[in-house]
Amino acid sequence: MSILELDKKIEELEVKIEELRKISTENNIDLTCEIEKMEKKLLELRNDLSNKLTPWDRVMLARLNERPTSLDYIEMIFDEFIEFHGDRLYGDDPAIVGGIATLDGIPVTVIGEQKGRNTKENLYRNFGMPHPEGYRKALRLMKQAEKFKRPIITFVDTPGAYCGIGAEERGQAEAIARNLMEMSTIDTLKIAIVIGEGSSGGALAISIADEIWMLENAVYSILSPEGFASILWKDASRAKEAADVMKMTAYDLKELGIINRIIKEPAGGAHKAPQMVAEEIKRNLLEVLQR
Amino acid sequence: MIDNMFDRKKEIIYDSISPKIDIPDGLWLKCDRCKKIVYKDDLISSLYVCTSCGYHFRITAPQRIEMLCDEGSFEEIDRDLIGDDPLNFPGYKEKLEKLRRETGLNEAVVTGIGKISGVEVALGVMDNRFLMGSMGYAVGEKITRLIYRSIEKRIPLIIFTTSGGARMQEGIVSLMQMAKTSAALAKHNKEGLLYISYLTDPTTGGVSASFAMLGDIILAEPGALIGFAGPRVIEQTIRQRLPEGFQTAEFLLKHGFVDRVVDRRDMKNLLTSILKMHVGVR
Repeated sequence: MSILELDKKIEELEVKIEELRKISTENNIDLTCEIEKMEKKLLELRNDLSNKLTPWDRVMLARLNERPTSLDYIEMIFDEFIEFHGDRLYGDDPAIVGGIATLDGIPVTVIGEQKGRNTKENLYRNFGMPHPEGYRKALRLMKQAEKFKRPIITFVDTPGAYCGIGAEERGQAEAIARNLMEMSTIDTLKIAIVIGEGSSGGALAISIADEIWMLENAVYSILSPEGFASILWKDASRAKEAADVMKMTAYDLKELGIINRIIKEPAGGAHKAPQMVAEEIKRNLLEVLQR
Repeated sequence: MIDNMFDRKKEIIYDSISPKIDIPDGLWLKCDRCKKIVYKDDLISSLYVCTSCGYHFRITAPQRIEMLCDEGSFEEIDRDLIGDDPLNFPGYKEKLEKLRRETGLNEAVVTGIGKISGVEVALGVMDNRFLMGSMGYAVGEKITRLIYRSIEKRIPLIIFTTSGGARMQEGIVSLMQMAKTSAALAKHNKEGLLYISYLTDPTTGGVSASFAMLGDIILAEPGALIGFAGPRVIEQTIRQRLPEGFQTAEFLLKHGFVDRVVDRRDMKNLLTSILKMHVGVR
């Protein structure tokens, strides 16, 4: 059973238990035994939900439409966020948002890869796949942060840098390479947080940082499991198998020493209690910023 | 008469040297682009550029080094540096072993110190026979060490790229090589030293999106495929045919991403001139 099916089953069970309770009180029938049985089952399922996640389950969670996006976290974590636009060279890329904000009064620069929640939003945000101008905007804002000695916080959430004609014409490779080189010298505290999908150079291009954190169900990898399977096994449908070998979960990457912290999510994923996750991120950020 | 000869020895004589670069035993080779038959000795003396259409055959790292460096001047470094198998990827180790036997190389890049027309340079040359020149730990580490060697010796750095990108079999470790090499180049840049990036066919993915695109001067070979995503991936994404000449060296020149497209037969002279103009740079 996949994580999403499990999640659905839990919800159904919760509804059923509620119904039984209602019937029991309304009709004065003793259903304690049945209810207890179902509650036991519910507990088991909930445990499975938090303990038995496969890497592929986490991929599904990381891509979930309901999952909080960069802007959602920005709104919940910071007191005030002022978005800025444009790379000063070509255009403004809605797949990357950025600007200045305050975290408990501390001015910071915030940059995030932005996915949409529905088709319309996703078309506008290009499904969170940035063009070169997005990376160049990010770099511009980071240099601004360096100038004004602000810490930089980036939220990573992308299926990858966009593969298209315009992206190539305007130098996708150059834009990413430039960010990697320049970010390594930007002299201010930088924290990158992978909140959903962190796929390939498109994720790396905004995650050169002093610390890299991941949400518990986020994934970070060289390529999507579909792409990986397609390149190595010539079969994109073996994505699930690829996820198993790629070491792309927060726990795998912590063990490999690639990331520094894992931020816990509620059972079932960040979308179950976004506020809680936001507070956890904020608590961690404050701990580091006030150090 | 000649036709007969070709018929008889079709297997050997028609053998093309690209993308497999091993020169077959035949005396004649068929050009991949114009399909004309080229006399092997002519091809060698024209540095593997088709004498009739100018097509640049893919060449190996040892061939490139031989063409470019003053005779006997190249000394390889980090020859025995090899990577690990961080994902325990099935068949990866065996594949590496096989390639090592076949190519005589330990990894997809050869690095060292050599002289070009008397000027000492730190030189890295990738080789696409080795898992399509993909960058895993060893390639990233060898490039990084070469960059540091260039800083240490205060000599120019030249890297010839040919790569499909980051090496899938090493997963996230490969991705991190992009960050590592780029950070080393930032340091190199700060030291005021010259870095010439020389793009050859093909240069895509994680290599193009890191050290390949970071040269003070970026040169490219005619017709080389250069891009972030491979053309097949783009076609699948946008579901339309790509325009003629898309992602060639000439396309990048037109869009402002390379300084010059250079015929291989001019390579050594041009590099010599550029290097001599930077002689005071130390």
